Amino acid sequence: MYWNRAIECMDRDRLEELQLKRLKEVLARVYEKVPLYRRKFDAAGFDPRSVNALDDIKNVPFSTKEDMRESYPFDMFAVSLKEVVRIHASSGTTGKSTVVGYTRNDIAVWAELMARTLANAGTTSDDVVHNAYGYGLFTGGLGVHYGAEKIGASVIPISGGNTRRQVQIMADFGSTILACTPSYSLFLGESAIEAGYNPSKDFKLKAGVFGAEPWSESMRKEIEEKLNILAIDIYGLSEVIGPGVAAECKEKNGLHVNEDHFLIEVIDPETGENAPPGTLGEIVFTSLTKEAIPIIRYRTRDISSIIPGSCPCERTHARMARVSGRTDDMLIIRGINVFPSQIESVLLEIEETEPHYLLVVERKGHLDTLEVQVEVDEKHFSDEVRSLEALENKIRREIESILQISVDVKLVEPKTIQRSEGKAKRVVDKRQI
Amino acid sequence: MGVDQISVFMENREGRLAEMTKLLGERGINVRALFVADTADYGIARMIVDQPQKAIDVLKADGYTVNRTQVLAVEVPDRPGSLSGILSMLNEAKLNIEYLYCFADPERETALGIMRIEETERATELLRSSGVRVLEAEDVYSILK
Repeated sequence: MYWNRAIECMDRDRLEELQLKRLKEVLARVYEKVPLYRRKFDAAGFDPRSVNALDDIKNVPFSTKEDMRESYPFDMFAVSLKEVVRIHASSGTTGKSTVVGYTRNDIAVWAELMARTLANAGTTSDDVVHNAYGYGLFTGGLGVHYGAEKIGASVIPISGGNTRRQVQIMADFGSTILACTPSYSLFLGESAIEAGYNPSKDFKLKAGVFGAEPWSESMRKEIEEKLNILAIDIYGLSEVIGPGVAAECKEKNGLHVNEDHFLIEVIDPETGENAPPGTLGEIVFTSLTKEAIPIIRYRTRDISSIIPGSCPCERTHARMARVSGRTDDMLIIRGINVFPSQIESVLLEIEETEPHYLLVVERKGHLDTLEVQVEVDEKHFSDEVRSLEALENKIRREIESILQISVDVKLVEPKTIQRSEGKAKRVVDKRQI
Repeated sequence: MGVDQISVFMENREGRLAEMTKLLGERGINVRALFVADTADYGIARMIVDQPQKAIDVLKADGYTVNRTQVLAVEVPDRPGSLSGILSMLNEAKLNIEYLYCFADPERETALGIMRIEETERATELLRSSGVRVLEAEDVYSILK
């Protein structure tokens, strides 16, 4: 099923013509409106008027998350706030989160792209979309919401949490499309069975759009069997637009990138050189139409590849393989991006602890847990359990307020967390995905 | 008047307490009393030892987190109801006990209560004026032989 067949299946030459025209426009626009890009272009001796072919993009300097953080909050916006109708942000310590804005037109494009995504899973105006992505600064909830509304489906904006209620509503309201993280879908399935439901009989679910965290084919199989649905992988990141950057079709063999709005490249993360199709590398995106905050050659740190050849679904837009890893130390826990440095900055601000820590990530049942092991500082060691528990709670609250996910804090003996020259081992990820 | 108690932070992992007591034993430090307060993840070993400063030095040199806490050692007559009399007295004087551990000493027909309490001095005065024996550090070491 297509939402916009004319675009999604358009002739490849015409698509590339459209991309080139839009690329020239956006490069000229950011050079004029965003000082950061002007500085970067000038420093690299790159003239935006020199672009005559899509391939010329390899001469354009990259942008990174650090650029976005340094531009906090609005310095990378290409329009004034008067034209911005929505602001989203990723979690981060003060002054360190990445902030993105949307003009009215950006929101319309986003809704279009999410309509395509949901239509890939077979969503029509007859469907009831159970949207368990978080609403708020996170782009997941509202992204799905606008796409589903555009299709004309009935949206249940249930957001995350309160699983028991989710299960009951799913049964009582007859939800047909589920939108959430893949791990949460399995947790929902199990909770439903525990509550006495038989998901195949008591639910009307037919498909789910799952993203915001890495998952595997075996997990897809488990979700499809447990909930008796079609499960498709969707991809996006707030810096690019949010969900809606790419999504699988029913072939479930690669995610079609919405190439009329985003230019995808795969590079060797070490050299920055473009990698040939089929080769794994770091995914780089350029937004072709975004108004509020265009991004140019943005290094996502996600590792994937472009799948060569055409797709039986007739869509002509390139397919990227399932994201298989990261080039940095970012963790995705229950759909939320977590950087060890965020936890480090919290610990540095708490006087009673040393910034020596270890993050232990596990998947218990189907939900991720994050344990933060912190060394007790000798100066502040109290022999009263009460004081130590108060310290644990203080650390937990501070970290939770930054990360927006719950964590367990475990105090450990000093000098027991491994020190190493250079890059310290800060993360133990025990998840089997 | 107060007795030095040594507290050691211990992760709950196999053999950790044995390691620590072995270290003290090897260095000729005699542990007279030991009590472990525990939570799910860690414990605090509280000890009365015959050479507190040496014990602290030895433990710190081996990487343990140690602190020294002043506790009161109170002689409790070894008969029903005597401990509760002492506790009521402290309670009425609004002196909060953080924690308490007791040992019976059948040969002397007394028990010893080690307590961590707010306002150690006021508590000592109160107890002594009521005829309760509050022990000096040296007494404690000799009693707990």
